[in-house]
Amino acid sequence: MQAILPLGWTHYLAGGVAIGLAVALLFVLTGRIGGMSTVFSSSWSWLSRRSYFQQARFVGTRAWRAVFALGLVLGAGLWWWLQGPDQPVRTGLPPGVLLAGGLLVGYGARLSGGCTSGHGICGLGSAQMPSLAAVLVFMATGFATALAVQAMGWLP
Amino acid sequence: MTPLYLLAVLGCGALFGYGLALSTMIRPEVVLSFLRGQDYGLMLVMGGAVVVTFMAYRWAPRRLRAPLLGGQFDTHPSVMNRDTLLGAAIFGVGWGLCGVCPGPAIASLGAGNLPTLWALAGIALGAWLQGAQADRHGPAAAGAPAD
Repeated sequence: MQAILPLGWTHYLAGGVAIGLAVALLFVLTGRIGGMSTVFSSSWSWLSRRSYFQQARFVGTRAWRAVFALGLVLGAGLWWWLQGPDQPVRTGLPPGVLLAGGLLVGYGARLSGGCTSGHGICGLGSAQMPSLAAVLVFMATGFATALAVQAMGWLP
Repeated sequence: MTPLYLLAVLGCGALFGYGLALSTMIRPEVVLSFLRGQDYGLMLVMGGAVVVTFMAYRWAPRRLRAPLLGGQFDTHPSVMNRDTLLGAAIFGVGWGLCGVCPGPAIASLGAGNLPTLWALAGIALGAWLQGAQADRHGPAAAGAPAD
């Protein structure tokens, strides 16, 4: 256990179940699918007049998606207040890496129609084969990239 | 949308964010340690979330005529095509580079992780580029499903 889970396992499983309950509750109450990448397209419909962003599937869902995203911020804030460390949780990664990585994450997730939550949790949760394929592909390129970056010594 | 509906969505989002924070997925370093094969905790996070979601997605449409607050039960519309796989491959490269994905990018702000704003800006820019590119290829190609 120590070799594959050096930081323990209970917080991982409890956090995962909480995420699952959130997606489940959203579905039971509203029938909505709680993937997180679509909010990055639907929110552009407020700012951009491009026909892509003005599609009904974005304009019609942008309000609840924005509220859901606000909930994520509040929930993590609640955790910080109740159980978190005194200091803010700050990443030590350089801004350029975060920006470049984020750009690929945003473009790729929207082209693919889902991310770790959309394909990973909601797609697998509804036994969708295209989502399983997407998860296997992004896990493979994710592992390859992280290992390559580490091997080349770009990041500590 | 009624205030109750929006409050319910906000509450579900808060539980999602709490889970992301509790499971330390809001720390990019923890995600990168998974992708480097040093800590397999992310499998427990995803596994726990998928099992609960799977049960709800199967149970609710069979037992309930409609969602409790109205509307209808949506489905996650993923399709097997080039965009789904190519997009996933690009997503994985970015994820392996910075350890940030859309949910944690948003949630981590609540725990004071302000450097993540860089990743958030990148994701928003990437989503805009995808939409602009889909527009150029015409409405027929603008069919990436919502998740």
